[in-house]
Amino acid sequence: MTDEIRQIIERHARLSAPADGLAVDADLYEAGMTSHASVSVMLALEDHFDIEFPDRMLTRGVFESIAAIEAAVIQLRPEAALQ
Amino acid sequence: MGSVMSARLGIDLVAVDSVRAAIRIHEERYLRRVYTDAELRDCRGRNGIDPDRLAARFAAKEAAIKVLRPGSEGLALTAIELKRLADGSVEIELSGRAAELAAAAHLTDFAVTVTHEGDYAAAVVMAQGLSNPRNSPIMRS
Repeated sequence: MTDEIRQIIERHARLSAPADGLAVDADLYEAGMTSHASVSVMLALEDHFDIEFPDRMLTRGVFESIAAIEAAVIQLRPEAALQ
Repeated sequence: MGSVMSARLGIDLVAVDSVRAAIRIHEERYLRRVYTDAELRDCRGRNGIDPDRLAARFAAKEAAIKVLRPGSEGLALTAIELKRLADGSVEIELSGRAAELAAAAHLTDFAVTVTHEGDYAAAVVMAQGLSNPRNSPIMRS
């Protein structure tokens, strides 16, 4: 799942450097992701994993790193952890 | 010592190109998730939806979130609406959790301004709120 999230970040987060080299706990906002780009990342995650982020999860913390995103996706769709 | 009035400020800058890309990739789902019906009406012209106007509205929403300080529980972007008035001025209208956050922090007198330059739109939001002077940086020393 980490690789899938990394690909979505590469396509939608508009980072200043490739997502390949990012540590899973690297701060995506410090890497150049804007608040608007985080919305695009959220919509792409919803499409890819067939989930919907509830309003309460629309926080900076949920999208701040690959690890945080992975935890959120697993929370919304536990079976995704087994893929 | 009681609470005193203090100002909260929020600012945000949005690249219009990122809005264009989001519309192209996510289409209606992006529009419906981020903007209210009234905002979408305001941003539709003869040539369809105007990404410049949407970018200004997104910037206003993010600037307002910085004023509201939602903490660990998020809120829908549609709970914050940028309204254009008949005289051309703009104002912020809050609903749902955004209105609850404002009430909890005793925030009043919201003011907003938006601007465009080239491929960027920016917004500043200000509100008056109550704060405990003991929490003020100038009272800590």
